[in-house]
Amino acid sequence: MRALNVCRLKALVWATLSAPLLWLLILISQELRQPNSALGPEPSEALLHYLGEWALIMLLLAFAVSPLRRRLHWPPLGQARRLVGLFAFTYATLHVLTYLGLYAQFQLAEVIDDFVHRPYITAGMAAFGALLLMAITSTQGWRRRLKRRWQQLHRGIYVAAALAVIHLLWLRKDNTLDSAIYLSVLALLIVERTVFFWQQRQRREVGS
Amino acid sequence: MLIRKPADIPTSEITPEAVYQQRRTFMGQSAALIVGAGLSAASSRVSAGLQEDDEITPEQIVTQYNNFYEFGTDKSDPYANAGALTTDPWTVSVSGAANKTGDFAFEDVIKGLTPEERIYRFRCVEAWSMVVPWMGIPLKKILQQFEPTGDAKYVAFKTLYRPEEMVGQRSFFSSIDWPYVEGLRMDEAYHPLSIMVTGLYGKELPNQNGAPWRLMVPWKYGFKSIKSIVSIHFSERQPVNTWQALAAHEYGFYANVNPAVDHPRWSQASERRLPSSIFNPNRRPTLPFNGYADEVAELYRGMDLRKNY
Repeated sequence: MRALNVCRLKALVWATLSAPLLWLLILISQELRQPNSALGPEPSEALLHYLGEWALIMLLLAFAVSPLRRRLHWPPLGQARRLVGLFAFTYATLHVLTYLGLYAQFQLAEVIDDFVHRPYITAGMAAFGALLLMAITSTQGWRRRLKRRWQQLHRGIYVAAALAVIHLLWLRKDNTLDSAIYLSVLALLIVERTVFFWQQRQRREVGS
Repeated sequence: MLIRKPADIPTSEITPEAVYQQRRTFMGQSAALIVGAGLSAASSRVSAGLQEDDEITPEQIVTQYNNFYEFGTDKSDPYANAGALTTDPWTVSVSGAANKTGDFAFEDVIKGLTPEERIYRFRCVEAWSMVVPWMGIPLKKILQQFEPTGDAKYVAFKTLYRPEEMVGQRSFFSSIDWPYVEGLRMDEAYHPLSIMVTGLYGKELPNQNGAPWRLMVPWKYGFKSIKSIVSIHFSERQPVNTWQALAAHEYGFYANVNPAVDHPRWSQASERRLPSSIFNPNRRPTLPFNGYADEVAELYRGMDLRKNY
């Protein structure tokens, strides 16, 4: 595993995380040739759910990078963290654009109505807002400029991941296996992080 | 550069808009007449309340894309999983405020009752809709056989509970308290639009759509039209239907299609008519009582439909 250098690792991340998007392009081209074939009776809805689900998976992945790096004692993994985060942002952006364009047909009044009245939409948009902020400030330049505040801002991944899972739970009519998995993964990551911070503090206190 | 040519047609020859509009109406009416004639020719077809642009949804979509949580929560699950269901023999147990109660064989209950074709709009609470040619028997004819007494103010139905054949009922995560329960007020059940469906597109009702029989109450959200019924219970008290039990602030007992009352998690003002295309969700305004207001609004006169959603 250690033989895998950063370059190869990034190539691997690129290939893996863009695969769902490539698959979607195949589905769309098939759908355009024959309506309702690849994406079913409600193509815009199918597109929306597909992109949303992958955005959530990648968001949880981005959240998992640091713990995995620590637990596997494999520092190079940290180099891929930004890439995974940006992939999550890409899928989330496509998901939001599908909602705004194909679903709401760019009817601003409707989007505002949704934002105000449907808590799951509010949660989803808040998650996207957090992701957007992190994506914009993900460059080295911003990192230098923001200094310590950069790290604080990028803890927004906890907020974004939690809100995205809430977004899914609130939109479902009944509980299902997949939502239970996402919730468990999120809970596990939060517990891991809490334990880690607590241990760090203990160590600092012992050291002083 | 754009050069405007003078109009070739003298203004005297252009049909005034009013006349033009009349022509449209005339054509619409004649089209409706032709369709109507065709339908009445096909014995007892009823297409009450259908709008001019209501096209029958392709059979493949009606039978392969629907909700039937007993077989899974995905809309493709019922088609995939309902093959496991055995519908023969099928027993219906009748209880409560009626003279004839007990267990009946399904064939005996429908014996001598001929299904009629009814083309209804179908509106799901999730804001998608279809137009479906059901084959069904007026619910009143079925229920009257059991001679409900004066105490029968409501009728409740239950879906089969058979986890070994219904994979959704085995779900560890579902919060639904099986079996699925639905109910109607007696006057709703006796309304001529309420039918017990036994067929679809002129064929036997497929398992995934609620074989061997399911309710169809076209002015209510789809979840009211309970599938694969094994129990009929007449009562004086309003039954608690499954979705109401699960989330009373989201799903009521009446569940009449109402564009003015939103579901807490989505608007009910419009609906997506299936099938749609990738760039167009095929949205159309939702009609009060799903377009059957002329026939059924009377049933709810004086009721606050915001409270009784």
